[in-house]
Order: sequence, then structure tokens, then C-alpha cells
Amino acid sequence: MIGLGHYLTVAAILFTIGVLGIFLNRRNVILMLMAIELILLAVNINLVAFSAYLGDLTGQVLAMFVLTVAAAEAAIGLAILVIFFRRRGSIAVDDANRMRG
Amino acid sequence: MIASIAFYLFAALTILPALAVIFARNPVHSVLWLILAFFNAAGLMLLVGAEFIAMLVVIVYVGAVAVLFLFVVMMLDIDFASLRSGFSRNLPFGIIIALVLLAEIGFALTAWKAGPSLSGREIPAPATPNIVALGQLLYSRYLFAFELAGLILLVAMVGAIVLTHRSRGDLRTPKVSKQISRRPGDAIRKINPGVGEGMKL
Repeated sequence: MIGLGHYLTVAAILFTIGVLGIFLNRRNVILMLMAIELILLAVNINLVAFSAYLGDLTGQVLAMFVLTVAAAEAAIGLAILVIFFRRRGSIAVDDANRMRG
Repeated sequence: MIASIAFYLFAALTILPALAVIFARNPVHSVLWLILAFFNAAGLMLLVGAEFIAMLVVIVYVGAVAVLFLFVVMMLDIDFASLRSGFSRNLPFGIIIALVLLAEIGFALTAWKAGPSLSGREIPAPATPNIVALGQLLYSRYLFAFELAGLILLVAMVGAIVLTHRSRGDLRTPKVSKQISRRPGDAIRKINPGVGEGMKL
């Protein structure tokens, strides 16, 4: 029988894959953004699984807010990416040191 | 039995495309694998009865976010081969980080299972449909947070437009402020000519 542990395992693996993607594709911002989407998806799976397991809908409401923030983050991130590419002609993160942060 | 098969199918088809997303050579393939992963994650959510969130994942993630990624990947003319130069150098370190993180999450899961308070409550059968219950919750208890989410989306939309908008100099767009500030006195002149004295031909 499928329990909560199965869902948590899937979400943990997905989260780890997302973090691994950020570490491996250090230069490609688009792939980093996709890895962040994977991480947020893992969080959503966790929230929904706990919500179903505890019989409490709050988790699903929270998952919806995470979804909202993920969409906003993708839109802003890709907009920044587009203007960065326009100015520099590349999307390598190593070059993004203009602000000396 | 069928639920188990469906779960393992969806779980495998979520995790394998997720791996393909970060290892694919072509970013367009990455986005397509991401779409497959999102679909199957929606299937996973469907299995536990969260129908609304599952449909929302399909609509928002597949319909908006993945298409946005696809647009940007195809629009920008990027030399992706050079971007992968650090890949093999980062590989050992990244895998170590990932394994440590996975072990930590595993410990957290087992530690959570040992806790007394949340052990195996029975799932109550939902009295109302998922969407109805979610809507009632969203518009009563979480109304303020819901409005805030809408505000976040508005800010993101305006921000994305402001960031990427560039005004081109060679376009003859109407100058709205000039049009509005124009008064009738500047443009219209009232005269009352006699018969035969109006227009000089």
C-alpha cells in the first residue's frame, strides 16, 4: 500500500535532483531556473501529500501559493535573463559580476 | 494494487525526466522533459485526491511556465556548448552535495516517523468535493493571503513588462500627453464672414 513515506521519498529525490542541477549547470541560468522549478515542484508534492495524509486542506492552499510564487519567479527571472542577454550577448553566470556583489 | 502501479509509474516518470532535465545537452529537450515531469507530478497529486492542485500544476506549470521557458530558450541565440564547459569539473562536487542532501532528508524522514504526534491518522473520506472545499477555505480563512497572491502576480507581470520593454526611436507613436493637453482654443477659430467674403479662391 502506498503511504506517506513513498510520497516523501519521491519529493526528496526530486528536490535533490533540483539541487544537483543547480550545482552542475553553474553557467547556464536557464537550466538553473528549471532546476529551481523542480525544487518547488518537490515542495508542492510534499505539501499535497501531507495535506492528504492529515486530512487538512491547508497544505493544498499553501501549495497553491507556492505555485503562484513559482510562476512569478519564472516570469521575473526570464525577463532579467532576456535583458542580461541583450546587454552582454551571453547568459553565463560567471559574467554576471557587474554589480560586484 | 492498481493504485500502487499508478503511483510507481507516475513516480518513475517524474524522477527520470527530472534527471533528463539537468543532464540533457539541448535546453529545448530539457524544457520538454520538464513538461513530462510536471504532467506526472500532477498525476501523483491526483492519486491522493488533490484534483484542483493537479489541474493547476498542468495549467500553470505546463501551460505558462514551461511555454515561457521554451520561448526564451528558442528566442535567445545562445551558444549552449560553451556553457557546459564546467559540467565535468562540477560533477564530483555536485554529486557529493546531492548525496549529502539526500541523506539529510532521509534522516529527517525517519526522525519524523519516530515522532509520537503524527503517526498514522486515518484519512477521513472527503465529504465535499476537493474544489468546493478548497474554494470555501480560500475565500474565507485565507482570503487575505489569496489577495496577496494576486498582488504578487500583478507585480510580477508589471515588472516583467517594465524590464523587457524597450522604446524604439524610429516609431511614430502618438504622443498622448500632447494630445490630451491640446485645447480647443489652439486649434479652432470662429469667424463669421459675410456673404461672398468667406473663402478666398
